[in-house]
Amino acid sequence: MMAVLEVRDLRVRLPTDDGIVTAVDGVSYTVDAGRTLGIVGESGSGKSISSLTIMGLTRFLPGAEITGQVLLDGRDLLAADDEELRRVRGAGIAMIFQDPLSAMHPYFRLGAQLAEAVRAHGAVGRRAADARAVELLELVGVPEARRRAAAYPHELSGGMRQRAMIAMALANAPRVLIADEPTTALDATVQAQILEELDRLQDELGMATVLITHDVGVVAQVAHEIAVMYAGRIVERGPVDTILAEPQHPYTWGLLTSIPRLNRPRGEALPSIPGRPPSLISPPSGCRFHPRCIHARPEHATVSPELEAVPGDPSHRVACLLDPAERQARWRALRDSAAAEEVTT
Amino acid sequence: MAAFVLRRLLWTLVLLVIVTFVTFLVFVQMPSADPAVLRAGRNATPEIVAALRDQFGLDQPWYVQYGKYVQHLVLHQDLGYSYQNNVSVGSEIVARLPVTLSVAIGSVLIWLAVGIPIGIISAVRRGRMSDRLLMIGALAAISAPAYWLGLVALYLLSKDIGVLPIFEGAGSYPSGGQSLFTAPAQVAPALVLPCLVLAASFAAIYARFVRASLSEVLAEDYIRTARAKGLRERTVVLKHGMRSTAVPIITLLGLDLGILLGGAILVEIVFNIPGMGRLSYEAIQRGDIPTIQGAVLLGAALIILLNLVVDVAQAVLDPRLRKARA
Repeated sequence: MMAVLEVRDLRVRLPTDDGIVTAVDGVSYTVDAGRTLGIVGESGSGKSISSLTIMGLTRFLPGAEITGQVLLDGRDLLAADDEELRRVRGAGIAMIFQDPLSAMHPYFRLGAQLAEAVRAHGAVGRRAADARAVELLELVGVPEARRRAAAYPHELSGGMRQRAMIAMALANAPRVLIADEPTTALDATVQAQILEELDRLQDELGMATVLITHDVGVVAQVAHEIAVMYAGRIVERGPVDTILAEPQHPYTWGLLTSIPRLNRPRGEALPSIPGRPPSLISPPSGCRFHPRCIHARPEHATVSPELEAVPGDPSHRVACLLDPAERQARWRALRDSAAAEEVTT
Repeated sequence: MAAFVLRRLLWTLVLLVIVTFVTFLVFVQMPSADPAVLRAGRNATPEIVAALRDQFGLDQPWYVQYGKYVQHLVLHQDLGYSYQNNVSVGSEIVARLPVTLSVAIGSVLIWLAVGIPIGIISAVRRGRMSDRLLMIGALAAISAPAYWLGLVALYLLSKDIGVLPIFEGAGSYPSGGQSLFTAPAQVAPALVLPCLVLAASFAAIYARFVRASLSEVLAEDYIRTARAKGLRERTVVLKHGMRSTAVPIITLLGLDLGILLGGAILVEIVFNIPGMGRLSYEAIQRGDIPTIQGAVLLGAALIILLNLVVDVAQAVLDPRLRKARA
């Protein structure tokens, strides 16, 4: 079976006032129909830029240098011209953004913004598009859809707005849905509802989904696969259960152990990854995580790790210079000490 | 909305009273010439001057004079009579205003029609050669003073090349106080140059303003969404982008129409156009207080009214403001 979306060695370089930023540095992944890939990473890890590039939205940035391949059903979007790409946007690949209030036009009614998405791809009359807008709102579980279609974005709650945003993305039954931090701007309870909604819609419509988030909990809830990004590269990739149970990369360990838990002792500082995300203008040499990695050895500053399969599990890949056996031992020790802490409290 | 407008109209009345008061104080307390001497004309005997002073009530304290002025204005809609030629200020304004409005409307149309498209092109092609050239041109247009531009344009186009008409005995504007409303065919060619001159710097300012404002809007998240929907770039810029830029443009326009009245003075003098600007200019030179009062009052009323129109337009354009203005 051919993957719906395949990204091959994607690189994005953007000029800034301080120098050229290599925001995405050789990212590859595939997503099949009906599957969800969760891309996890800190802000500035390149996860948003890589998905905007897949949508062809970084082309507008002056001086952007984009190489690699983005294959949608086998067709390379990076090689497509602007008009071809426009036809793909919203129809082949659709996107949901983080903050629905700022991502919707404040001066247009919800229904009009939805109808516009419908009409952008295909000869649909105004009246039919308006009717479809209401249908779409009903599809994503917006109550009183007809009345809400006449409202302006600022008149809705955050959850309703995000549902409307999802409806807009689904207007043309896209093959791929990219959700960029779809729940970050929402309350925890609303967040859960939106994730369930996304899950349900994916089952119904069979889209390939890319979910971008910094929240491991969100990925754990809806993703089938996880890709962990650090400094413009994927450092670990695999099925969600494997990654959560047996993470191989020290950065992933940091992400997993820094999740707040209610059964941690009160007042105790949350474990955190030391240091700060590196500058992508002059990234660290060798393994990009080595300056922050407590397991790093001197030679890690010179050798750049490749994303390689974990011994015994070809579906799980990691880019780490530590010896696999040593990695395993260190993770077990880390996990056990965390568990012990929870038991004692 | 209706309550908002009504409230603002009541405020307008209060403001206009304050405006009359301040103008009155300025020109009565610090006169540029003795009005009675002015009215008496040359070779007047002291008796005539004294008689006129008594007739106009100029020997009475200022508050009595002001009271009488307001009384006439409110009860008889009477703005008084010019000290210069004893013509009713009201009828003088009625005759002059259409001429100035012709100049103003022509200028606004030109500056919007030139400034906005240039701003859009510059914003979309930001940082490229075409953007730089347009912005350098805009800077030149902003830097050229209206009276200088007017004289140069007059010399070049009317005298030298002869594209634009010159009227016998009147110069660049037909005599008889015609306006765009009464004799469009005759007046329109005469208005081309004055309007262009008056519009030049405004068009440039608007081009720069639209460029800055639209560039900012185009960086908004909702523009990214519009692109992500697969809309054509044209729709993204002209519909989604300009829809947001329209609000600040309308706001600026409301303010600038007031400034335009000031600009009209210069242009009307250079091009010999018998409008409100020239009337005010001559009245100030001659210390003709009733005419100055009338002109200032009219200007103030227009500016206040325009601001109200802007506020209503903003609420119409920005749904988020509607509740606040309700």
